Amino acid sequence: MSSFWSIWISVLTLGTLVGCWLLLRMCLKNFAGVAEGEPMDHEFDGIQELNNPLPKWWSTFFLVTIIWGFGYLALYPGLGNFEGLLKWKSSNQGITSIAESEASVTAAKEAGMLVQYDREISQASEKYGPIFAAFAKQDVETLSTNEDALKIGQRLFLQNCSQCHGSDAKGTTGFPNLTDNDWLYGGDGAAIETSILDGRKANGMIAWETMLGGDEGVKEVAAYVLSLNPDRAAKVDSALAAKGEAKFAMCAACHGADGTGSTAMGIPLGAPNLTDNVWLYGGSERRVQESIANGRAGVMPAWKHILGEDKVRVISAYVYSLSNQK
Amino acid sequence: MSQSNLTEMDYNYKVVRQFTVMTVIWGIVGTLVGVIIAAQLIWPALNFDTPWLTYSRLRPLHTNAVIFAFGTSALFATSYYVVQRTCKATLFGGKLIPFTFWGWQAVIVLAAITLPMGLNSSKEYAELEWPIDILIALVWVSYAIVFFGTLIKRNTSHIYVANWFFGGFILTVAVLHIGNSMVIPLTWTKSYSIYPGAIDAMMQWWYGHNAVGFLLTAGFLGMMYYFVPKQAERPVYSYRLSIVHFWALVSLYIWAGPHHLHYTALPDWTQSVGMVMSIVLFLPSWGGMINGIMTLSGAWHKLRHDPILRFLIVSLSFYGMSTFEGPMMAIKSVNALSHYTDWTVGHVHSGALGWVAMVSIGAMYHLIPILFNQGRMYSTKLINVHFWLHTTGIVLYIVAMWISGVMQGLMWRAVNTDGTLTYSFVESLQASYPFYFIRFVGGVLVVAGFLLMAYNMFKTIGAKDNSLEKLEQAA
Repeated sequence: MSSFWSIWISVLTLGTLVGCWLLLRMCLKNFAGVAEGEPMDHEFDGIQELNNPLPKWWSTFFLVTIIWGFGYLALYPGLGNFEGLLKWKSSNQGITSIAESEASVTAAKEAGMLVQYDREISQASEKYGPIFAAFAKQDVETLSTNEDALKIGQRLFLQNCSQCHGSDAKGTTGFPNLTDNDWLYGGDGAAIETSILDGRKANGMIAWETMLGGDEGVKEVAAYVLSLNPDRAAKVDSALAAKGEAKFAMCAACHGADGTGSTAMGIPLGAPNLTDNVWLYGGSERRVQESIANGRAGVMPAWKHILGEDKVRVISAYVYSLSNQK
Repeated sequence: MSQSNLTEMDYNYKVVRQFTVMTVIWGIVGTLVGVIIAAQLIWPALNFDTPWLTYSRLRPLHTNAVIFAFGTSALFATSYYVVQRTCKATLFGGKLIPFTFWGWQAVIVLAAITLPMGLNSSKEYAELEWPIDILIALVWVSYAIVFFGTLIKRNTSHIYVANWFFGGFILTVAVLHIGNSMVIPLTWTKSYSIYPGAIDAMMQWWYGHNAVGFLLTAGFLGMMYYFVPKQAERPVYSYRLSIVHFWALVSLYIWAGPHHLHYTALPDWTQSVGMVMSIVLFLPSWGGMINGIMTLSGAWHKLRHDPILRFLIVSLSFYGMSTFEGPMMAIKSVNALSHYTDWTVGHVHSGALGWVAMVSIGAMYHLIPILFNQGRMYSTKLINVHFWLHTTGIVLYIVAMWISGVMQGLMWRAVNTDGTLTYSFVESLQASYPFYFIRFVGGVLVVAGFLLMAYNMFKTIGAKDNSLEKLEQAA
């Protein structure tokens, strides 16, 4: 901030504290014009006020807090640009990138760890880092048989992943079930780890309504999609589905000509298998129509810089274990 | 100084009566909605899958009903009553006087409609959308004109301390409300704040904390300074203490908002200043409690027979407890444990149910017979039952929230030997259920007390004039 605002803040802050002190000093003296303990010379609707002195413990304690206030503002940042004698900071403010954040931790270390957040993070990584580094020497599949790693992995999952995927990892609408061995981006250890580290963004499923010629086209394609499922084919309007089949060519690029999805084709596109009973966004006729008409854009955030690669390895092992029980 | 000869009959009691009756009715509504959402936290199915009845929409309705419908109606009633009697002057303002009543009730009804519809500016305690905010501003400015107009035409040389507090609260709330509600309207029901990011958060909590500091503290101290000495029939303890604590309280409170934003994107200097001022505020806050409770010195025996006085004095004890707890929670390291937990909820309710509601209930029981030409309330026994229902309810509520709040704070920070958190959020929620139930029971007791109060009030209003005679107190 500019030095004007810095001075402005300091003057107002110190002025308020000094004002309180002067006020207290004034009221410690008997300025009321009547003897102490006597009623004042005015009354209001029958209410009188006594001129009793301030309780001694009260005024002493008030003075102590004012003095403490000056002390705190001398030690910690408070008076505008003055950073305080201890040079303490809660965090590095104004950071806009991961590189800046990493640089700030280095700078904090050199400056004697005065930034509380950086200090706590560094201390935690020093203390707990070796545990995870040891686990990270094993690959996901091997680690998924290590009881200790799985316990830790589950805790990390509950704290970081359960908000979307659920405490039981069975997901909900829009958030995949991680226990059913049905994978959008592959279910081997390396694929799971990549999904967590770098995140996934399903931006292939755009809104198709216009390209399919409006509502009617959407209904036709939806009917065809549902007819691909052996359990539901019987209930689908076959004339409608037949019209949809021609249009499905546009979908086949990602979902495959037979609709079994990109994983079946061996490419990590995230285009789901449309012939099974697993529906990320709901499998009712209406839901399928919605998905086609408006598109879907699910996002799995990247966790590399939030948890670090070692912890992601442990979580990956836990997730892998869910659909690969011994 | 000219001493006029105003009699009881000349004062404008109509608006006081209106606000008094609505205080009791809004008290029932506000606490009842509170009990419903307390129940929803234990049995989520109680929203019946109806958007209008979801916790997210009823919670702001509860806070608005309690603060602005119940609490503020009580402030309107008592400030209009007190300013007339202590200034020996009738209310100034002509048609503005009924406008403040009907305008304010319109605000409350609009809140009760728009909040369940999901129309919400997303600012806590300032959820109402901009057209209603404009109505609030108009009513509030009218209130200021009526109040200060009456002060100006007073027939006493000094201004009584109760009126300093009422005046301070009216002025500051106007500034806070208008400052925080500055928005760019998009439609009639949607707007965006003119303040960006962290500045918006700071504005919000400058407003939010001073809604507590000025409306719920200074305003009700004004109420206390009239009704405690009046009901106890004793002089106020210390004139000089009232001076130092009034000026220190109003000049320190306005700084305290940043303690709601510790360890957030708010700059460190702002957090420090907010914390320092919050702690220095502790003793000035207690000045009001000392002055109120010490007013009773030499008359403690009255507490045994007078449940109205008991409401007033116990309210001061809760006031003292909350204003000690508040500065402690404003300390960063304590806040790191208490923030975002039920401890905050408990703290707020020891202030709202203990201080604000009890001092208002006491003041209403004092006022109702006077306003409706009776010597006393219909049943003193029911006041006593109300006192015990309310007190037991609060104690259950606060203790449950303390335990669950501290437990949540400790569970959230518990760390295993591998550095992972010991508990997931859901586990802390599960552990809180028993306390949510105790809180619910406490809330039911409070609502039951309010229902008794309404019964007692309507019986008093309905009785023949002067048929309820003042009871002589047993020595």
